[in-house]
Amino acid sequence: MRRFHLRHRACNLLDKGKFMPETLTLTIDGKPLRVASGTTVAAAILISDVPSRHSVTGQPRTPVCGMGVCMECRATVNGAPHQKTCQMLCAEAMKVVSE
Amino acid sequence: MTHYDLLVIGGGPGGIASATIAAEQGLRVCLVDENLALGGQIWRGVATGQSASHAAGFHHWAGRFARSKARVLNGRRVVARVTPHTLRLEADGIAEDIGFNQLILATGARERLLPFPGWTLPGVMGAGGLQAFMKSGFNPKGRRVILAGTGPLLFPVAALAKQKGARLAGLFDQAPISQMLSLLSALAMHPSKLLEGAGYSAQLFPTRLQTGHWVARAEGNEKLEAVIVTDGRREKRIACDLLAVGYHLVPNLELPLLFDCALDEEYVAVDELQRSSVEGIYCVGELTGVGGLNKALVEAEIAALAAAGKPGKAHALHGAQRSQHAFARALDRAYCLRSALLDTVTDETIVCRCEDVRHKDLRAARDWRSAKLTTRCGMGPCQGRTCGGATDLLYGWPRQSLRPPITPATVATLAAEIEAEDTVPMA
Repeated sequence: MRRFHLRHRACNLLDKGKFMPETLTLTIDGKPLRVASGTTVAAAILISDVPSRHSVTGQPRTPVCGMGVCMECRATVNGAPHQKTCQMLCAEAMKVVSE
Repeated sequence: MTHYDLLVIGGGPGGIASATIAAEQGLRVCLVDENLALGGQIWRGVATGQSASHAAGFHHWAGRFARSKARVLNGRRVVARVTPHTLRLEADGIAEDIGFNQLILATGARERLLPFPGWTLPGVMGAGGLQAFMKSGFNPKGRRVILAGTGPLLFPVAALAKQKGARLAGLFDQAPISQMLSLLSALAMHPSKLLEGAGYSAQLFPTRLQTGHWVARAEGNEKLEAVIVTDGRREKRIACDLLAVGYHLVPNLELPLLFDCALDEEYVAVDELQRSSVEGIYCVGELTGVGGLNKALVEAEIAALAAAGKPGKAHALHGAQRSQHAFARALDRAYCLRSALLDTVTDETIVCRCEDVRHKDLRAARDWRSAKLTTRCGMGPCQGRTCGGATDLLYGWPRQSLRPPITPATVATLAAEIEAEDTVPMA
């Protein structure tokens, strides 16, 4: 995390602020994660290596189709359950909890 | 309720081009897309700076679209048809009706996913899925990745994964080499596609495509650890972290079926002006044959000109239209699925991922209806969109009729339907 952070700052310095705040921090199952802006919540879940949801028989699942069809990426976002996370962008301080 | 001359559904290349050209011709146009940013799958992530592939084409069309008078509604899902000229949309639980005289459907395609033992393990995803995730912030750097399934999509996904630092552990297409060579004559008409393919092969070196190989099963405890690949005679076990597997594309037919558009085998039947069997409804892009970007653009231009009452202007485009159509059919033949793929499915293999319904519980069902009643197969949140591509092949169940809501919607959205019919006048 720290390495990524430093590299990001270096990048900003080189570009003389052309790219302004380009990362944001959210939590996934309580753990903070820093991602580039424009990252979807489903991508953040894959980065974290946690399941997005557990199936009706309790199996862990992760996002599959990436385009709003399979519904495996559903998770609870800021308290709202069953959100299609592949069609949702990460936001600062967003709280994502696997289902 | 807002009423438009032309409503375009789907914000990929076909939808953007249709809406732009029709608006330039003077129609009042609205483009509706369920994603937050326009671009569809091929131009995904370009607008948010996460992907640069095909960026020039996207920026050309996005700029032209922005300069046109077409309106856009993002993040809206079509839920139901209220009248033959009104659609119900939903965004963040809020319902909205929209009226139209004519409709262009450009809803694109999704990946065909097929069940095999272990396909529900974390770490197994679609090939198009991996591409979409990489274009929206996921980096597979350092992970061992296997690409498998069938279709031309496997190449760009493998190349992008490698470029991002993934360790490619294999690239497998189920199609035999003889079947794929049949594509060469079709590709002779499209030299740019040949060059593109050669470029990917060079980028992927030393990994090469192994034809005639498919996934027999995936293994792992709680998450993917290895994939067993077969050529029908010998199996080999390859340790990996991610398996991206998809079996070419199938058109998103929900909306054409909602409007009762006639089909020609797996695609919507259209005439040379992209008109479906239903008056005032045009279909473009993957809906009429999976052929990619250029096919969608030429069909969009023809449909938009026809909708604007200027079909004569489309005259010069029919040659390209026919050639793109022929290419799409050649792709289908080259990537035709072998029946051995289905033999990998065992009694215990989950077929319906939403409801965890296993093969042994579905074999006996006569049709979708009885399977739904006894097992809930296809009744989960994806509404059979994922397992439908497999149950077709596995059980030969006839196509089920489509009933709204076509995507999960709130009760309030559906209840608002009655009110709209009673009180909202057509413009």
